[in-house]
Amino acid sequence: MDLKLSAEQKATAAEKAAVDKVIGPSETGWDGGERQARDAHVAFGGHAARSRRHLLIGVLHAIQEAAGWISPGALDYACERLTVPPAEAYGVASFYALFRTAPSPGAVVHVCDDIACQVNGAEDLCERMKRRFGDAGTEAAFDGSGVTWQRSPCLGQCDRGSAALIQRAGGQPARVQIAPADPEKIWSYLTDPQSQGTPAEPTIRSEEEGADGPGPAPRLLTRVGAVDPESLGSYRAAGGYQMLRRAAGLGRHGTLREVKEAKLLGRGGAAFPTHIKWDAVASNPVRPHYVVCNADESEPGTFKDRVLMERDPYALVEALTIMGYACGAEQGYIYIRGEYPLAESRLAHAIETARAQGFLGGDVMGEGFAFDIEIRRGAGAYIAGEETALINSLEGRRAEPRNKPPFPAQNGLFGKPTAVNNVETLLSLLEILRIGGPAYEATGTENSSGSRLWCLSGCVSSPGLYEYEFGATLREVIDGAGGVRDGRSLQAVLLGGAAGAFVGPDSLDLPLTFEDARAAGATLGSGVVLVLDDTVDLASLLRRITQFFRDESCGQCVPCRVGTVRQEELFARVASGTPFSAERDLFADIASVTRDASICGLGQTAVSAVDSAVKLGLIPGASS
Amino acid sequence: MTAVFLETPKRLVDVEIDGRTVRVPEGATLLEACRSAGIDTPTLCYLENLTPVNVCRVCVVEVEGSRTLVPSCSRAAETGMKVHTDSERVRTSRKMVLEFLSSSADLSLASADVQRWIAEYGADPSRYGDPEPPHAAGARDATRPGEHEAATDGAEAATVHQPVKYDNDSYVRDYSRCILCYKCVEACGEDAQNTFAIALAGRGFDARISTEFDVTLPDSACVYCGNCIGVCPTDALMPASEYHMRQEGTWDESQQTVTSTVCPYCGVGCNVDLHVQDNTIVKVTSPLESEVTHGHLCVKGRFGYEFVQNRPDEQ
Repeated sequence: MDLKLSAEQKATAAEKAAVDKVIGPSETGWDGGERQARDAHVAFGGHAARSRRHLLIGVLHAIQEAAGWISPGALDYACERLTVPPAEAYGVASFYALFRTAPSPGAVVHVCDDIACQVNGAEDLCERMKRRFGDAGTEAAFDGSGVTWQRSPCLGQCDRGSAALIQRAGGQPARVQIAPADPEKIWSYLTDPQSQGTPAEPTIRSEEEGADGPGPAPRLLTRVGAVDPESLGSYRAAGGYQMLRRAAGLGRHGTLREVKEAKLLGRGGAAFPTHIKWDAVASNPVRPHYVVCNADESEPGTFKDRVLMERDPYALVEALTIMGYACGAEQGYIYIRGEYPLAESRLAHAIETARAQGFLGGDVMGEGFAFDIEIRRGAGAYIAGEETALINSLEGRRAEPRNKPPFPAQNGLFGKPTAVNNVETLLSLLEILRIGGPAYEATGTENSSGSRLWCLSGCVSSPGLYEYEFGATLREVIDGAGGVRDGRSLQAVLLGGAAGAFVGPDSLDLPLTFEDARAAGATLGSGVVLVLDDTVDLASLLRRITQFFRDESCGQCVPCRVGTVRQEELFARVASGTPFSAERDLFADIASVTRDASICGLGQTAVSAVDSAVKLGLIPGASS
Repeated sequence: MTAVFLETPKRLVDVEIDGRTVRVPEGATLLEACRSAGIDTPTLCYLENLTPVNVCRVCVVEVEGSRTLVPSCSRAAETGMKVHTDSERVRTSRKMVLEFLSSSADLSLASADVQRWIAEYGADPSRYGDPEPPHAAGARDATRPGEHEAATDGAEAATVHQPVKYDNDSYVRDYSRCILCYKCVEACGEDAQNTFAIALAGRGFDARISTEFDVTLPDSACVYCGNCIGVCPTDALMPASEYHMRQEGTWDESQQTVTSTVCPYCGVGCNVDLHVQDNTIVKVTSPLESEVTHGHLCVKGRFGYEFVQNRPDEQ
């Protein structure tokens, strides 16, 4: 490919070094190295030269971390190294929120003002940030290179009241989460990363149900807090890697049969039967196959996958290895959102030690199959959690969802059969193998087998991660977290996050199962239970949800790109006093087209929470 | 001996569209089935010579058993499919897509078909309030992904309106008219020119067609083949000759003749249509159905016609 690289300022030595650290030094004058005499006599191009496109996002991360922004010169160098046209690479860089394509202060503080944090005083935090650091988006003096702060969508720390992510260029570490966050803690971290308040080990309020708690013993959370997340030995002592051995004993077909008999439904939000995906990939004659773990948890109010990855990383490595074995894949990817630095480093460590001890590699556990895992870091895009968008992102592209069909099982990563599953779904696999598919199917309810993690946040006494067998009612789950805090009365509950639905106090006896939620017109989504008491300003919460979808739409299809904007404008009018009754017809039309004609689940659910609020009469003047 | 290659005969599939059985070759799309049955189906991002990207969603139809509507341009017809092209859901979605686009971009130069669809489906852009004032030059190009520009009171409808980009002698880019159909990106890239000078940048409503860092076209990889102009459905991309005449008020298609001929430059033999007004070539296009060009040309064919007009009496 003939690239035209026209940046006036070439990449700096630091930028080049950052790129080279990811993809190795250049070999010839053709891919960014020193021009040598023999370069005139070799051809460079074709598929081989273009085959490293999928490394683009990793390279952009390296540049961002080295320089604080992706300069034209650095982008050109990345393009030269990877044979990507600069316009396309710019399109990728300008898609993701953690990349900056204009000169930027060296430190950027992302302050979550999403729904769960809203309930816990995000506006107050933003006001204090403003007093400490100036208006959002402006630069304050700090350390020679400046600091700025900006509002952020959900950072997945919803159980801790408020959250911030600090992104730093040139510094170590480059990203760190602070929760609960306040301006002084952020400042002291900036000035002294070793200072007290450094959240090296986050405190997580995960409730482990035991003999004294409601429900049976924990399954997904059994090792959380009990094993050392940085020790393979500790994981093995807790029974780790026995399930992989069992799967190998059952064989590929036996393992697939267990998953089928367990009737496992995906836990990422769409509740798709896991075995259908796996069977389709496993039986596809096209090779190679790929398995992908979707750890791009970004649904506002969701933090379960982060906790699992931070506290039990080896379990995910083992489960993905079993998935790879069952699906006939030799390569797996974990696509983890860029806002989860601790989970990412723990997973990286787990993969490294597992590989060193033969649990990954050419002959996994001596069972005669090969499998390895690579971590890919997202860069700030909710839409990348949509499985086909995730696949595009893995390929180094903009995270724009693909049209389906064809489904990933036919045409996925690099055009090959690919199965994509959520972290919690994969961890459920370990339990399925432990007790057997039929026994797993017998737990929970008829159409919702097994147990489920619930992310309790908002106005509850003890926010945190709770595991229940399917069938527990909403009331039991909320009461299990201590009930509505301060004895206030319940106004509503948002189930499933921004893409979910509100339910009122009269739904407290709703059993939290896929079938009951569907029958009630709600959704379990990614397990969000955001409790809202009577002090919460629902109108501004709804505004935030409409903003979220406007900000996170990829912009590819018209219904979502424009529909999310028109929805936000509509609710801005309602907030400014227009009665909702005057907007009802327009809202119905917007809801209809986004739900019916959008390419992917983001657009199709962009109105669902708001629609449910309208139906519940939570919007003044909207009760029908 | 001359070998004659015959195409493998294709199986035929029967689909039911609006109660009628329509027979199409296997692999044909629902759009092709609809059109073969004479059912008017609006399209914006679809073009015969490009890979369907199915992003505009105006061609959606209802397929029984499918939870959502499906884009007819890219869904293959399957035996037994029951398709509805005029249901309430389909009509609402098509109306809303046209309404969303006409309320956020300038569709005044889109084809007569588009104007007809807007009227037929009852798209009413005024439902969203007055359009917001145009963005300053470069403002939309400087947006940060995910950054929220809060709608103050929702009284004005967000638009993509902005000044025209005019940075070279061949063509102008008026992104106030852009509906992000991806056609120009496809024509610049894998579907025709393989130059990759432009791509989608930004995201959400801030997504736009852009060179790297919004550099001017002369600084970009653009080779001025103009194939992006050829596929643009809203005249957001326009030859400079046409743009000037429109600015002066002299552009008059009723006074133009179209002469089909063959490009005089190289040996490929591209078909060209010369659009002539007042005995002067004002635009060159190539017919979509041409087997040689499939509607695409190079810089010489599309812009290299000045020598024809270098007449002695004018020197």
